Amino acid sequence: MIAERYVNLAVLIGFIALPLWALSADEPFTITLATRAAILALAAVGLNIALGIGGLVSLGHAVFFGLGGYAMGILAFHAQTFSPLELGPLSTAGTKSMPVIWVVAVVISALAAWVIGLLSLRTSGVYFIMITLAFGQMFFYFAISWGAYGGEDGLSIYLRNAFPGLNTLVPIQFFAITFVSLCLALLVQWRLRASPFGLALNAARQVPQRVEAVGLNPMRLKLVAFVISGAITGLAGALFADLNRFVSPTMFSWQLSGELIILIIIGGVGRLFGPVIGAALFVALEHWLGGLTEFWLVWLGAILLLIVLFARGGVIGLLTGKAGPHV
Amino acid sequence: MSDVVLATQGLKKSFGALTATDDVSTDLRAGEIHAVIGPNGAGKSTLIGQICGGIVPDAGRVELLGRDVTALSTAERARAGLGRTFQISALAMEDSVLENVLLGAIGAMSRAGRLFGGFDGDLQSRAERALERVGLVDVSATRCADLSHGQRRQLEVAVALTLAPKAFVMDEPMAGLGADGSKTMTGFLDGLRSEAPILLVEHDMDAVFALADRISVLVYGRIVATGTVDEIRRSPEVRDAYLGDTA
Repeated sequence: MIAERYVNLAVLIGFIALPLWALSADEPFTITLATRAAILALAAVGLNIALGIGGLVSLGHAVFFGLGGYAMGILAFHAQTFSPLELGPLSTAGTKSMPVIWVVAVVISALAAWVIGLLSLRTSGVYFIMITLAFGQMFFYFAISWGAYGGEDGLSIYLRNAFPGLNTLVPIQFFAITFVSLCLALLVQWRLRASPFGLALNAARQVPQRVEAVGLNPMRLKLVAFVISGAITGLAGALFADLNRFVSPTMFSWQLSGELIILIIIGGVGRLFGPVIGAALFVALEHWLGGLTEFWLVWLGAILLLIVLFARGGVIGLLTGKAGPHV
Repeated sequence: MSDVVLATQGLKKSFGALTATDDVSTDLRAGEIHAVIGPNGAGKSTLIGQICGGIVPDAGRVELLGRDVTALSTAERARAGLGRTFQISALAMEDSVLENVLLGAIGAMSRAGRLFGGFDGDLQSRAERALERVGLVDVSATRCADLSHGQRRQLEVAVALTLAPKAFVMDEPMAGLGADGSKTMTGFLDGLRSEAPILLVEHDMDAVFALADRISVLVYGRIVATGTVDEIRRSPEVRDAYLGDTA
Protein backbone atom coordinates (compact mmCIF):
# COMPACT_ATOMS: atom_id res chain seq x y z
CA MET A 1 0.00 0.00 0.00
CA ILE A 2 1.12 3.53 -0.73
CA ALA A 3 0.83 6.27 1.90
CA GLU A 4 -2.23 8.40 1.14
CA ARG A 5 -0.28 11.64 1.18
CA TYR A 6 1.94 10.45 -1.69
CA VAL A 7 -1.10 9.54 -3.76
CA ASN A 8 -2.62 12.94 -2.99
CA LEU A 9 0.62 14.68 -3.97
CA ALA A 10 0.81 12.70 -7.22
CA VAL A 11 -2.79 13.68 -8.09
CA LEU A 12 -2.06 17.31 -7.34
CA ILE A 13 1.08 17.28 -9.49
CA GLY A 14 -0.81 15.52 -12.28
CA PHE A 15 -3.56 18.13 -12.12
CA ILE A 16 -0.98 20.89 -12.61
CA ALA A 17 1.23 19.04 -15.10
CA LEU A 18 -1.49 18.09 -17.58
CA PRO A 19 -2.68 21.65 -18.39
CA LEU A 20 0.92 22.89 -18.46
CA TRP A 21 1.78 20.17 -20.97
CA ALA A 22 -1.36 21.06 -22.94
CA LEU A 23 -0.27 24.69 -22.93
CA SER A 24 3.14 23.85 -24.33
CA ALA A 25 1.61 21.45 -26.88
CA ASP A 26 -1.01 24.03 -27.88
CA GLU A 27 -3.92 21.82 -26.83
CA PRO A 28 -6.39 24.30 -25.29
CA PHE A 29 -9.21 21.75 -25.29
CA THR A 30 -7.24 19.56 -22.86
CA ILE A 31 -6.93 22.58 -20.56
CA THR A 32 -10.70 23.01 -20.76
CA LEU A 33 -11.14 19.34 -19.86
CA ALA A 34 -8.86 19.81 -16.84
CA THR A 35 -10.86 22.89 -15.88
CA ARG A 36 -14.11 20.93 -16.10
CA ALA A 37 -12.58 18.18 -13.94
CA ALA A 38 -11.39 20.76 -11.38
CA ILE A 39 -14.87 22.30 -11.14
CA LEU A 40 -16.63 18.94 -10.82
CA ALA A 41 -14.04 17.97 -8.21
CA LEU A 42 -14.81 21.21 -6.34
CA ALA A 43 -18.53 20.39 -6.34
CA ALA A 44 -17.80 16.86 -5.19
CA VAL A 45 -15.46 18.10 -2.43
CA GLY A 46 -18.44 20.09 -1.20
CA LEU A 47 -20.68 17.03 -1.24
CA ASN A 48 -17.94 14.89 0.31
CA ILE A 49 -18.06 17.02 3.48
CA ALA A 50 -21.74 16.16 3.92
CA LEU A 51 -21.65 12.62 2.54
CA GLY A 52 -18.17 11.41 3.34
CA ILE A 53 -17.79 12.76 6.86
CA GLY A 54 -21.40 13.34 7.88
CA GLY A 55 -22.94 10.35 6.08
CA LEU A 56 -25.61 12.56 4.49
CA VAL A 57 -26.52 10.97 1.17
CA SER A 58 -27.93 14.06 -0.50
CA LEU A 59 -29.60 13.46 -3.83
CA GLY A 60 -30.32 17.17 -4.08
CA HIS A 61 -26.89 18.78 -4.14
CA ALA A 62 -27.57 19.93 -7.68
CA VAL A 63 -29.75 22.58 -6.01
CA PHE A 64 -26.62 24.36 -4.78
CA PHE A 65 -24.75 23.76 -8.03
CA GLY A 66 -27.71 25.25 -9.92
CA LEU A 67 -28.10 28.16 -7.52
CA GLY A 68 -24.43 29.03 -7.98
CA GLY A 69 -24.89 28.76 -11.72
CA TYR A 70 -28.01 30.92 -11.80
CA ALA A 71 -26.43 33.48 -9.46
CA MET A 72 -23.74 33.90 -12.07
CA GLY A 73 -26.18 33.75 -14.99
CA ILE A 74 -28.63 36.30 -13.61
CA LEU A 75 -26.02 38.81 -12.45
CA ALA A 76 -24.07 38.56 -15.72
CA PHE A 77 -27.26 38.67 -17.82
CA HIS A 78 -28.33 41.98 -16.28
CA ALA A 79 -24.84 43.37 -16.66
CA GLN A 80 -24.57 42.40 -20.33
CA THR A 81 -28.07 43.62 -21.23
CA PHE A 82 -27.75 46.79 -19.13
CA SER A 83 -31.11 45.99 -17.56
CA PRO A 84 -31.56 46.58 -13.84
CA LEU A 85 -32.14 43.63 -11.54
CA GLU A 86 -35.06 44.57 -9.28
CA LEU A 87 -35.07 42.96 -5.87
CA GLY A 88 -38.03 44.57 -4.13
CA PRO A 89 -36.94 48.09 -3.18
CA LEU A 90 -33.36 47.34 -4.22
CA SER A 91 -32.10 47.63 -7.75
CA THR A 92 -28.72 46.57 -9.15
CA ALA A 93 -27.19 46.64 -12.58
CA GLY A 94 -25.79 43.11 -12.22
CA THR A 95 -22.08 42.42 -12.42
CA LYS A 96 -19.42 40.76 -14.52
CA SER A 97 -17.00 40.52 -11.61
CA MET A 98 -16.21 36.92 -10.69
CA PRO A 99 -15.35 37.59 -7.01
CA VAL A 100 -18.66 39.42 -6.49
CA ILE A 101 -20.57 36.64 -8.25
CA TRP A 102 -18.81 34.03 -6.11
CA VAL A 103 -19.79 35.81 -2.90
CA VAL A 104 -23.42 35.94 -4.04
CA ALA A 105 -23.33 32.28 -5.17
CA VAL A 106 -21.80 31.12 -1.89
CA VAL A 107 -24.19 33.14 0.31
CA ILE A 108 -27.32 32.06 -1.60
CA SER A 109 -26.23 28.41 -1.66
CA ALA A 110 -25.40 28.49 2.05
CA LEU A 111 -28.78 30.01 2.89
CA ALA A 112 -30.57 27.44 0.75
CA ALA A 113 -28.56 24.65 2.37
CA TRP A 114 -29.50 25.98 5.79
CA VAL A 115 -33.24 25.97 4.99
CA ILE A 116 -33.15 22.62 3.16
CA GLY A 117 -30.94 21.13 5.88
CA LEU A 118 -33.24 22.31 8.68
CA LEU A 119 -36.13 20.45 7.06
CA SER A 120 -34.29 17.44 5.62
CA LEU A 121 -32.18 16.62 8.66
CA ARG A 122 -35.29 15.81 10.64
CA THR A 123 -35.25 12.62 8.60
CA SER A 124 -32.55 10.07 7.94
CA GLY A 125 -31.72 7.20 5.60
CA VAL A 126 -33.94 6.76 2.59
CA TYR A 127 -36.27 9.57 3.72
CA PHE A 128 -33.37 12.01 3.74
CA ILE A 129 -32.46 10.90 0.22
CA MET A 130 -36.06 11.37 -0.93
CA ILE A 131 -36.57 14.78 0.66
CA THR A 132 -33.34 16.16 -0.81
CA LEU A 133 -34.36 14.71 -4.18
CA ALA A 134 -37.74 16.44 -3.81
CA PHE A 135 -36.04 19.79 -3.18
CA GLY A 136 -33.88 19.23 -6.24
CA GLN A 137 -36.92 18.56 -8.41
CA MET A 138 -38.68 21.66 -7.04
CA PHE A 139 -35.79 23.87 -8.11
CA PHE A 140 -35.46 22.02 -11.43
CA TYR A 141 -39.09 22.58 -12.41
CA PHE A 142 -39.03 26.15 -11.13
CA ALA A 143 -36.03 26.89 -13.39
CA ILE A 144 -37.81 25.30 -16.36
CA SER A 145 -40.78 27.57 -15.88
CA TRP A 146 -38.74 30.71 -15.10
CA GLY A 147 -39.22 32.40 -18.48
CA ALA A 148 -37.46 35.62 -17.48
CA TYR A 149 -34.16 33.74 -17.41
CA GLY A 150 -34.55 31.43 -20.36
CA GLY A 151 -36.84 28.80 -18.89
CA GLU A 152 -36.17 25.41 -20.40
CA ASP A 153 -33.69 26.84 -22.94
CA GLY A 154 -31.40 28.30 -20.30
CA LEU A 155 -29.44 31.51 -20.40
CA SER A 156 -26.35 32.33 -22.46
CA ILE A 157 -23.65 34.71 -21.29
CA TYR A 158 -21.71 36.27 -24.15
CA LEU A 159 -18.42 36.86 -22.41
CA ARG A 160 -16.78 35.06 -19.52
CA ASN A 161 -16.82 37.15 -16.35
CA ALA A 162 -13.77 39.08 -15.25
CA PHE A 163 -11.23 38.44 -12.53
CA PRO A 164 -8.90 41.29 -11.49
CA GLY A 165 -5.47 40.94 -13.05
CA LEU A 166 -6.31 37.90 -15.20
CA ASN A 167 -7.68 37.30 -18.68
CA THR A 168 -10.30 34.68 -17.96
CA LEU A 169 -10.78 33.95 -21.66
CA VAL A 170 -7.30 32.42 -21.76
CA PRO A 171 -7.93 28.76 -20.84
CA ILE A 172 -4.86 28.31 -18.64
CA GLN A 173 -5.71 31.41 -16.62
CA PHE A 174 -9.28 30.30 -16.04
CA PHE A 175 -7.94 26.86 -15.13
CA ALA A 176 -5.67 28.51 -12.55
CA ILE A 177 -8.72 30.16 -10.93
CA THR A 178 -10.63 26.89 -10.71
CA PHE A 179 -7.57 24.97 -9.51
CA VAL A 180 -6.84 27.45 -6.72
CA SER A 181 -10.53 27.32 -5.71
CA LEU A 182 -10.29 23.52 -5.60
CA CYS A 183 -7.13 23.66 -3.47
CA LEU A 184 -8.81 26.06 -1.02
CA ALA A 185 -11.85 23.78 -0.77
CA LEU A 186 -9.55 20.80 -0.15
CA LEU A 187 -7.86 22.82 2.59
CA VAL A 188 -11.28 23.49 4.17
CA GLN A 189 -12.18 19.80 3.97
CA TRP A 190 -8.84 18.76 5.47
CA ARG A 191 -9.10 21.26 8.32
CA LEU A 192 -12.70 20.23 9.03
CA ARG A 193 -11.89 16.54 9.11
CA ALA A 194 -8.88 17.08 11.34
CA SER A 195 -10.78 19.32 13.77
CA PRO A 196 -12.89 18.41 16.81
CA PHE A 197 -15.88 19.32 14.63
CA GLY A 198 -14.87 16.68 12.06
CA LEU A 199 -14.41 14.04 14.74
CA ALA A 200 -17.80 14.85 16.28
CA LEU A 201 -19.49 14.91 12.85
CA ASN A 202 -17.96 11.55 11.97
CA ALA A 203 -19.21 10.16 15.28
CA ALA A 204 -22.66 11.67 14.67
CA ARG A 205 -22.81 9.60 11.48
CA GLN A 206 -21.98 6.41 13.40
CA VAL A 207 -23.56 6.81 16.85
CA PRO A 208 -25.75 9.91 17.16
CA GLN A 209 -27.03 8.76 20.58
CA ARG A 210 -23.46 8.83 21.93
CA VAL A 211 -22.84 12.29 20.51
CA GLU A 212 -25.96 13.53 22.29
CA ALA A 213 -24.90 11.82 25.49
CA VAL A 214 -21.66 13.82 25.56
CA GLY A 215 -23.54 17.09 25.22
CA LEU A 216 -23.34 17.75 21.48
CA ASN A 217 -26.27 18.17 19.12
CA PRO A 218 -25.85 15.75 16.16
CA MET A 219 -28.41 17.58 14.05
CA ARG A 220 -26.64 20.91 14.51
CA LEU A 221 -23.30 19.33 13.58
CA LYS A 222 -24.84 17.87 10.43
CA LEU A 223 -26.54 21.15 9.58
CA VAL A 224 -23.27 23.08 9.79
CA ALA A 225 -21.63 20.47 7.56
CA PHE A 226 -24.54 20.63 5.12
CA VAL A 227 -24.30 24.44 4.89
CA ILE A 228 -20.52 24.40 4.30
CA SER A 229 -21.06 21.62 1.78
CA GLY A 230 -23.78 23.55 -0.06
CA ALA A 231 -21.70 26.73 -0.14
CA ILE A 232 -18.72 24.97 -1.76
CA THR A 233 -20.96 23.23 -4.29
CA GLY A 234 -22.58 26.60 -5.05
CA LEU A 235 -19.18 28.11 -5.81
CA ALA A 236 -18.52 25.21 -8.18
CA GLY A 237 -21.84 25.94 -9.90
CA ALA A 238 -20.84 29.56 -10.51
CA LEU A 239 -17.50 28.47 -11.99
CA PHE A 240 -19.18 25.77 -14.11
CA ALA A 241 -21.60 28.33 -15.55
CA ASP A 242 -18.65 30.59 -16.31
CA LEU A 243 -16.78 27.76 -18.00
CA ASN A 244 -19.71 27.07 -20.33
CA ARG A 245 -20.98 30.68 -20.40
CA PHE A 246 -24.36 29.09 -20.12
CA VAL A 247 -26.79 28.10 -17.39
CA SER A 248 -29.81 25.84 -17.75
CA PRO A 249 -32.21 23.87 -15.56
CA THR A 250 -30.05 20.75 -16.06
CA MET A 251 -27.72 22.22 -13.44
CA PHE A 252 -30.54 21.47 -10.97
CA SER A 253 -31.22 17.97 -12.29
CA TRP A 254 -31.18 14.88 -10.09
CA GLN A 255 -28.86 13.27 -12.62
CA LEU A 256 -26.23 15.84 -11.72
CA SER A 257 -26.72 15.12 -8.02
CA GLY A 258 -26.28 11.44 -8.81
CA GLU A 259 -23.13 12.11 -10.83
CA LEU A 260 -21.58 13.96 -7.90
CA ILE A 261 -22.26 10.95 -5.66
CA ILE A 262 -20.78 8.64 -8.32
CA LEU A 263 -17.61 10.76 -8.51
CA ILE A 264 -17.13 10.43 -4.78
CA ILE A 265 -17.79 6.69 -4.74
CA ILE A 266 -15.33 6.11 -7.58
CA GLY A 267 -12.64 8.23 -5.92
CA GLY A 268 -13.25 7.20 -2.30
CA VAL A 269 -16.03 8.29 0.06
CA GLY A 270 -14.79 10.57 2.84
CA ARG A 271 -11.22 10.59 1.54
CA LEU A 272 -9.61 13.98 1.00
CA PHE A 273 -8.68 13.45 -2.65
CA GLY A 274 -11.47 10.97 -3.40
CA PRO A 275 -13.61 13.58 -5.21
CA VAL A 276 -10.59 14.83 -7.17
CA ILE A 277 -9.67 11.37 -8.43
CA GLY A 278 -13.32 10.61 -9.13
CA ALA A 279 -13.84 13.81 -11.12
CA ALA A 280 -10.60 13.36 -13.08
CA LEU A 281 -11.53 9.78 -13.99
CA PHE A 282 -15.08 10.79 -14.85
CA VAL A 283 -14.00 13.55 -17.23
CA ALA A 284 -11.30 11.35 -18.77
CA LEU A 285 -13.79 8.51 -19.35
CA GLU A 286 -16.40 10.93 -20.64
CA HIS A 287 -13.89 12.27 -23.15
CA TRP A 288 -12.05 9.12 -24.24
CA LEU A 289 -14.80 6.53 -23.97
CA GLY A 290 -17.35 9.07 -25.20
CA GLY A 291 -15.22 9.43 -28.33
CA LEU A 292 -15.28 5.69 -28.91
CA THR A 293 -18.92 4.94 -28.20
CA GLU A 294 -22.05 6.84 -27.40
CA PHE A 295 -22.80 4.14 -24.80
CA TRP A 296 -19.84 5.16 -22.63
CA LEU A 297 -22.10 5.48 -19.57
CA VAL A 298 -22.57 1.70 -19.69
CA TRP A 299 -18.83 1.34 -19.10
CA LEU A 300 -18.97 3.92 -16.35
CA GLY A 301 -21.75 1.87 -14.76
CA ALA A 302 -19.61 -1.27 -14.98
CA ILE A 303 -16.69 0.52 -13.30
CA LEU A 304 -18.98 1.80 -10.57
CA LEU A 305 -20.32 -1.72 -10.06
CA LEU A 306 -16.81 -3.15 -9.72
CA ILE A 307 -15.81 -0.47 -7.23
CA VAL A 308 -18.90 -0.91 -5.09
CA LEU A 309 -18.49 -4.69 -5.10
CA PHE A 310 -14.73 -5.02 -4.72
CA ALA A 311 -13.26 -1.68 -3.64
CA ARG A 312 -15.46 0.03 -1.07
CA GLY A 313 -12.79 2.67 -0.47
CA GLY A 314 -12.81 3.66 -4.15
CA VAL A 315 -9.65 4.13 -6.18
CA ILE A 316 -7.87 5.81 -3.28
CA GLY A 317 -8.84 2.95 -0.98
CA LEU A 318 -7.41 0.46 -3.49
CA LEU A 319 -4.11 2.32 -3.54
CA THR A 320 -3.75 3.27 0.12
CA GLY A 321 -5.98 0.97 2.19
CA LYS A 322 -8.27 2.20 4.94
CA ALA A 323 -8.42 5.84 6.00
CA GLY A 324 -6.15 6.90 8.85
CA PRO A 325 -7.33 8.32 12.18
CA HIS A 326 -8.34 11.95 12.73
CA VAL A 327 -5.68 12.56 15.36
CA MET B 1 -32.34 16.86 51.08
CA SER B 2 -29.24 18.91 50.47
CA ASP B 3 -27.08 15.99 49.33
CA VAL B 4 -29.51 14.86 46.65
CA VAL B 5 -27.77 15.14 43.27
CA LEU B 6 -30.38 13.57 41.00
CA ALA B 7 -34.07 13.05 41.70
CA THR B 8 -37.20 11.93 39.91
CA GLN B 9 -40.67 12.83 41.10
CA GLY B 10 -43.75 10.96 39.94
CA LEU B 11 -42.34 9.92 36.58
CA LYS B 12 -45.00 8.31 34.47
CA LYS B 13 -44.81 7.00 30.92
CA SER B 14 -47.28 4.91 28.98
CA PHE B 15 -46.98 3.40 25.52
CA GLY B 16 -50.58 2.84 24.49
CA ALA B 17 -52.16 0.55 27.06
CA LEU B 18 -48.78 -0.36 28.56
CA THR B 19 -47.64 1.67 31.54
CA ALA B 20 -43.85 1.50 31.46
CA THR B 21 -43.19 3.67 34.51
CA ASP B 22 -45.85 4.58 37.02
CA ASP B 23 -45.27 7.35 39.55
CA VAL B 24 -41.54 6.66 39.92
CA SER B 25 -39.95 8.85 42.57
CA THR B 26 -36.40 8.17 43.57
CA ASP B 27 -33.15 9.98 44.20
CA LEU B 28 -29.39 9.69 44.04
CA ARG B 29 -27.32 11.18 46.82
CA ALA B 30 -23.74 12.39 46.84
CA GLY B 31 -21.17 9.62 47.20
CA GLU B 32 -23.56 6.71 46.80
CA ILE B 33 -24.32 3.99 44.33
CA HIS B 34 -28.05 3.54 44.03
CA ALA B 35 -28.95 0.41 42.08
CA VAL B 36 -32.24 -0.05 40.26
CA ILE B 37 -33.07 -3.69 39.72
CA GLY B 38 -36.07 -5.48 38.34
CA PRO B 39 -37.15 -8.17 35.90
CA ASN B 40 -37.06 -7.68 32.13
CA GLY B 41 -39.84 -5.35 31.05
CA ALA B 42 -40.03 -3.68 34.47
CA GLY B 43 -39.44 -0.25 32.93
CA LYS B 44 -35.76 0.25 33.76
CA SER B 45 -34.76 1.36 30.26
CA THR B 46 -37.77 3.68 30.07
CA LEU B 47 -36.76 5.18 33.39
CA ILE B 48 -33.21 5.79 32.15
CA GLY B 49 -34.61 7.29 28.95
CA GLN B 50 -36.69 9.73 30.96
CA ILE B 51 -33.81 10.65 33.27
CA CYS B 52 -31.24 11.14 30.51
CA GLY B 53 -33.59 12.55 27.88
CA GLY B 54 -34.87 10.91 24.75
CA ILE B 55 -38.13 9.75 26.34
CA VAL B 56 -40.54 12.51 27.35
CA PRO B 57 -42.48 11.58 30.50
CA ASP B 58 -46.27 11.88 30.48
CA ALA B 59 -46.06 13.28 34.01
CA GLY B 60 -43.46 13.97 36.66
CA ARG B 61 -40.12 15.71 36.70
CA VAL B 62 -36.39 15.10 36.76
CA GLU B 63 -34.09 17.28 38.85
CA LEU B 64 -30.34 17.53 38.65
CA LEU B 65 -28.71 19.42 41.53
CA GLY B 66 -32.09 20.92 42.34
CA ARG B 67 -32.64 22.19 38.80
CA ASP B 68 -35.64 20.94 36.83
CA VAL B 69 -34.16 19.37 33.68
CA THR B 70 -37.33 17.62 32.48
CA ALA B 71 -37.70 19.90 29.47
CA LEU B 72 -34.02 19.73 28.48
CA SER B 73 -32.71 17.65 25.59
CA THR B 74 -30.29 14.77 26.10
CA ALA B 75 -27.37 16.97 25.08
CA GLU B 76 -28.43 19.76 27.44
CA ARG B 77 -28.73 17.30 30.33
CA ALA B 78 -25.25 15.99 29.53
CA ARG B 79 -23.92 19.56 29.61
CA ALA B 80 -25.74 20.07 32.91
CA GLY B 81 -23.72 17.20 34.38
CA LEU B 82 -25.35 13.88 33.57
CA GLY B 83 -22.93 11.21 32.33
CA ARG B 84 -24.46 8.02 31.01
CA THR B 85 -23.33 4.67 29.69
CA PHE B 86 -25.40 2.49 27.39
CA GLN B 87 -26.57 -1.09 27.81
CA ILE B 88 -25.33 -1.88 24.30
CA SER B 89 -22.03 -0.11 23.74
CA ALA B 90 -22.67 3.07 21.75
CA LEU B 91 -19.21 3.73 20.39
CA ALA B 92 -17.88 4.96 17.07
CA MET B 93 -16.65 1.59 15.85
CA GLU B 94 -14.68 2.95 12.89
CA ASP B 95 -12.72 5.30 15.15
CA SER B 96 -9.84 4.62 17.48
CA VAL B 97 -10.17 4.29 21.24
CA LEU B 98 -8.54 7.70 21.69
CA GLU B 99 -10.95 9.30 19.22
CA ASN B 100 -13.89 7.89 21.15
CA VAL B 101 -12.75 9.44 24.42
CA LEU B 102 -11.77 12.63 22.63
CA LEU B 103 -15.41 12.88 21.59
CA GLY B 104 -16.37 12.99 25.25
CA ALA B 105 -13.70 15.58 25.92
CA ILE B 106 -14.98 17.68 23.00
CA GLY B 107 -18.49 17.49 24.43
CA ALA B 108 -17.25 18.49 27.86
CA MET B 109 -15.15 21.39 26.64
CA SER B 110 -16.97 22.46 23.51
CA ARG B 111 -17.54 26.05 22.75
CA ALA B 112 -18.66 26.98 19.24
CA GLY B 113 -15.27 28.39 18.20
CA ARG B 114 -13.31 25.61 19.81
CA LEU B 115 -14.93 22.95 17.64
CA PHE B 116 -13.07 24.32 14.64
CA GLY B 117 -9.69 24.63 16.31
CA GLY B 118 -7.17 21.88 16.82
CA PHE B 119 -6.92 19.12 19.40
CA ASP B 120 -5.18 21.17 22.04
CA GLY B 121 -3.46 19.91 25.17
CA ASP B 122 -6.57 20.24 27.35
CA LEU B 123 -8.61 17.92 25.13
CA GLN B 124 -5.78 15.41 24.78
CA SER B 125 -4.94 15.31 28.48
CA ARG B 126 -8.59 14.96 29.53
CA ALA B 127 -9.01 12.05 27.09
CA GLU B 128 -5.77 10.38 28.10
CA ARG B 129 -6.59 10.69 31.81
CA ALA B 130 -9.88 8.88 31.21
CA LEU B 131 -8.09 6.09 29.33
CA GLU B 132 -5.56 5.75 32.13
CA ARG B 133 -8.38 5.45 34.67
CA VAL B 134 -9.95 2.49 32.89
CA GLY B 135 -6.65 0.94 31.81
CA LEU B 136 -7.00 1.34 28.06
CA VAL B 137 -3.94 3.48 27.36
CA ASP B 138 -2.12 0.61 25.66
CA VAL B 139 -4.89 0.24 23.07
CA SER B 140 -5.56 3.95 22.52
CA ALA B 141 -4.65 3.70 18.81
CA THR B 142 -6.73 0.54 18.26
CA ARG B 143 -9.90 0.74 16.25
CA CYS B 144 -12.89 0.38 18.50
CA ALA B 145 -14.24 -2.43 16.31
CA ASP B 146 -11.12 -4.47 17.13
CA LEU B 147 -11.62 -4.26 20.91
CA SER B 148 -12.91 -7.14 23.01
CA HIS B 149 -16.39 -6.82 24.49
CA GLY B 150 -14.93 -6.16 27.93
CA GLN B 151 -12.71 -3.38 26.61
CA ARG B 152 -15.71 -1.79 24.92
CA ARG B 153 -17.56 -1.76 28.25
CA GLN B 154 -14.55 -0.08 29.83
CA LEU B 155 -14.43 2.43 26.99
CA GLU B 156 -18.13 3.22 27.56
CA VAL B 157 -17.26 4.26 31.10
CA ALA B 158 -14.16 6.15 29.94
CA VAL B 159 -16.22 8.30 27.57
CA ALA B 160 -18.61 9.18 30.40
CA LEU B 161 -15.62 9.95 32.63
CA THR B 162 -14.31 12.61 30.24
CA LEU B 163 -17.44 14.64 30.97
CA ALA B 164 -16.52 14.87 34.66
CA PRO B 165 -20.26 14.55 35.37
CA LYS B 166 -22.13 15.46 38.54
CA ALA B 167 -23.95 12.10 38.38
CA PHE B 168 -23.51 8.90 36.42
CA VAL B 169 -26.41 6.91 35.02
CA MET B 170 -25.13 3.49 34.03
CA ASP B 171 -27.21 1.00 32.11
CA GLU B 172 -25.92 -2.50 32.79
CA PRO B 173 -22.18 -1.80 32.68
CA MET B 174 -21.54 -5.52 33.44
CA ALA B 175 -23.64 -6.71 30.48
CA GLY B 176 -21.84 -9.51 28.65
CA LEU B 177 -18.79 -9.45 30.91
CA GLY B 178 -17.40 -12.70 32.26
CA ALA B 179 -16.69 -13.28 35.94
CA ASP B 180 -13.26 -11.64 35.79
CA GLY B 181 -14.46 -8.69 33.75
CA SER B 182 -17.38 -8.17 36.08
CA LYS B 183 -15.07 -8.25 39.10
CA THR B 184 -12.73 -5.70 37.54
CA MET B 185 -15.60 -3.40 36.61
CA THR B 186 -17.10 -3.75 40.10
CA GLY B 187 -13.81 -2.65 41.65
CA PHE B 188 -13.58 0.27 39.27
CA LEU B 189 -17.13 1.52 39.90
CA ASP B 190 -16.58 1.19 43.62
CA GLY B 191 -13.76 3.72 43.36
CA LEU B 192 -15.77 5.99 41.11
CA ARG B 193 -18.53 6.82 43.60
CA SER B 194 -16.33 9.35 45.39
CA GLU B 195 -16.17 11.43 42.19
CA ALA B 196 -19.84 11.33 41.34
CA PRO B 197 -22.74 9.20 42.57
CA ILE B 198 -23.93 6.41 40.30
CA LEU B 199 -27.48 5.40 39.43
CA LEU B 200 -26.83 1.82 38.43
CA VAL B 201 -29.24 -0.33 36.46
CA GLU B 202 -27.85 -3.84 36.58
CA HIS B 203 -28.87 -7.49 36.32
CA ASP B 204 -25.67 -8.88 37.84
CA MET B 205 -26.84 -9.35 41.43
CA ASP B 206 -23.35 -10.11 42.77
CA ALA B 207 -22.18 -6.75 41.47
CA VAL B 208 -25.28 -4.97 42.76
CA PHE B 209 -24.95 -6.43 46.25
CA ALA B 210 -21.24 -5.65 46.30
CA LEU B 211 -21.63 -2.06 45.14
CA ALA B 212 -24.99 -0.61 46.09
CA ASP B 213 -25.56 1.62 49.08
CA ARG B 214 -29.27 1.54 48.29
CA ILE B 215 -31.35 -0.56 45.97
CA SER B 216 -34.71 0.23 44.40
CA VAL B 217 -36.76 -2.59 42.94
CA LEU B 218 -38.83 -1.77 39.90
CA VAL B 219 -41.65 -4.14 38.99
CA TYR B 220 -44.26 -3.42 36.32
CA GLY B 221 -43.19 0.21 36.24
CA ARG B 222 -43.55 0.83 39.98
CA ILE B 223 -40.90 0.96 42.67
CA VAL B 224 -41.99 -1.75 45.09
CA ALA B 225 -39.15 -1.35 47.57
CA THR B 226 -36.15 0.85 48.32
CA GLY B 227 -33.59 0.09 50.97
CA THR B 228 -30.12 -1.07 51.84
CA VAL B 229 -28.77 -4.33 50.49
CA ASP B 230 -29.80 -6.20 53.65
CA GLU B 231 -33.27 -4.70 53.68
CA ILE B 232 -33.81 -5.65 50.05
CA ARG B 233 -32.43 -9.16 50.57
CA ARG B 234 -34.84 -9.68 53.48
CA SER B 235 -37.87 -8.17 51.82
CA PRO B 236 -40.42 -10.95 51.12
CA GLU B 237 -42.11 -8.74 48.55
CA VAL B 238 -38.89 -8.37 46.58
CA ARG B 239 -38.15 -12.09 46.86
CA ASP B 240 -41.55 -12.86 45.45
CA ALA B 241 -41.42 -10.31 42.70
CA TYR B 242 -37.83 -10.62 41.50
CA LEU B 243 -35.02 -12.12 43.52
CA GLY B 244 -36.45 -15.51 44.41
CA ASP B 245 -33.83 -17.66 46.12
CA THR B 246 -30.80 -15.78 44.74
CA ALA B 247 -30.86 -13.34 47.64
